[in-house]
Amino acid sequence: MFSKWLLNYEETTAVILFCIGFSTMLFNRNLIKKIIGMDIMDSSIYLFLASQGYIAGHKAPIVTDGVQSMEAYINPIPAGLVLTGIVVSVSVSALMMALSIRLYHVYHTLDLDKIVALAGREEV
Amino acid sequence: MTLVQNFPAFCILLTLVSAVVTSVLRRRSAAILTGVVLVINLVLNVMTLVYTLQTGESYVYRMGHFPAPWGNELRVGVLETGTAVVLLLVVLFSYLGAYRRSSQRIEPTKYNLYGVMVDLCVLSLLALIYTNDLFTAYVFIEISTLAAAGLIMAKQTGSSLVAGVRYMIMNLLGSSLFLLGVVILYSITGHLLMSPIHDAVAQLAANREYRIPLDVTVALISVGLGMKSALYPFEKWVPAAYSNATITSSALLSSVVSKGYIFLLIKIYVRTIGLPVIEALGITDVMFVFGAAGMIMGSVAAIRARTVRMMIAYSSVAQIGYIFLAIGLGTMDGLMVALWHLLAHAATKSMLFISSAEIDEASGGTHLRKDVRGAFYRSPLAAFAFSLGAANLVGLPLLSVFVTKFMMGQTAVAVGGRHMIVTLICLAVSTLLNLGYFMSTAMSLYVHDGEMVRRKPDHLVRFSLAGFLILNLTLGLCAGPIYQMFLSGFSVFG
Repeated sequence: MFSKWLLNYEETTAVILFCIGFSTMLFNRNLIKKIIGMDIMDSSIYLFLASQGYIAGHKAPIVTDGVQSMEAYINPIPAGLVLTGIVVSVSVSALMMALSIRLYHVYHTLDLDKIVALAGREEV
Repeated sequence: MTLVQNFPAFCILLTLVSAVVTSVLRRRSAAILTGVVLVINLVLNVMTLVYTLQTGESYVYRMGHFPAPWGNELRVGVLETGTAVVLLLVVLFSYLGAYRRSSQRIEPTKYNLYGVMVDLCVLSLLALIYTNDLFTAYVFIEISTLAAAGLIMAKQTGSSLVAGVRYMIMNLLGSSLFLLGVVILYSITGHLLMSPIHDAVAQLAANREYRIPLDVTVALISVGLGMKSALYPFEKWVPAAYSNATITSSALLSSVVSKGYIFLLIKIYVRTIGLPVIEALGITDVMFVFGAAGMIMGSVAAIRARTVRMMIAYSSVAQIGYIFLAIGLGTMDGLMVALWHLLAHAATKSMLFISSAEIDEASGGTHLRKDVRGAFYRSPLAAFAFSLGAANLVGLPLLSVFVTKFMMGQTAVAVGGRHMIVTLICLAVSTLLNLGYFMSTAMSLYVHDGEMVRRKPDHLVRFSLAGFLILNLTLGLCAGPIYQMFLSGFSVFG
């Protein structure tokens, strides 16, 4: 079992990073740390995806020296997906950061539990 | 290819262009453009529905005519267009009915950006309904999340910002689980288009290969989309989001945003993985348990709510429970019931939100004990619409949710065993709880409490409430033919 994990070390690393990011986002009370957790989580998925597209011994999918055989190059689709994913991830991070700044201006803390409690008192 | 076949793709592009243009317009022009684009989308989708009904088959639209695996596809059939038409009607009525109230609560210079968010919600809804590509679905899930967060935070009060951030956190966790599921599925099948994945998964299941990755994939996708749809116990963001957002936002969130995710989940079960494989993996049992718990716990929370909006918000959790319980039955009939309830709930819940806003205006608040008593004498149309919505969700015969409950019971009996017993008990308990909070509220609207000042709603609100009433009555009184139409769509959905 352990040897399989070592053999697929990119995927293993990606899953460990995903778990770290997921738990940070879910359990950490600090908004900035939550955003960092989210970025770790997203990056781990992109690592997983990129590792799926890599084929040892093959080149980047840019036609050089007139070689057009598919066997010469790595799979370009995961790289395209990773780029798309990064764009989405950046947008989400930007919105979350903007939101954190707004919340800090209103409640003077980045602790989500405290923010929720203060907002609850406002409603009452 | 006929002209009509291009309409779904055109609608998506049109809404995208509208979102960009709306961002630079003034408030009034932005509001008009968003409304006009909604009407155009509706008309084009009705035309596509008529076309698909005539042909009786679904068709694949290749974006840019590139074949798989490089190309991106839309798949259009009766089920997709029918769902799009009903949900677009709900969006249109919600948008018009709450326009004045929502625009008063949003900074005038930023109302155009609110229009952008509405456009993006519609865009992602259409894309999720029509897309045949899993990664495209992920991208539009994220667009939908960002747009929905914008809608929640539009009032820019502290509470709405907090509601927005809680919504974002829970939904981003769901999106990431979904993406990881898609990536694992891609790594074991080599495809992102749904139909080729279906063939590859069937082969893997037949050869008993990649059993654990398949299990993990289906679990990740189901839980991810469940979290985003406010499935119990991932519903903690719901009350704050629905009660602190503008009324348009609440109506759109409850009836459109979450429904897009559920439609996608049904599509993944039927078209991508295949129901026999899903059933063999046992994930439907997990959905069944979550759904049953949601039906009861959502209603219990609704009983304890102090305002009408909170009550409607918690009731959404219960209704989402109905949908997931039907999915959890693990049969095609169960999925059809889930789809029907998706539409019935969307039409009813938005009507409840819009009518409660009008009752709020007429009564000066929506506190369940203080404000809503005698609201019928202050705002008859809104009170009647609220009563009809409440009666519908309780499951009164001749209305659409009755069809859900009847068909769900029938499907559960056909499935038999523990599923049948749990479903029937949950249906009975949930109906009693619904009666407890919805009918008591509806009845209090008709209590004459001294002198009442009648308030005449503006023409947009009247148009919206009349539209909702017609839509709900049509879904209830013409349930047979409409259900059959969707059933025929289901046969070519996979």
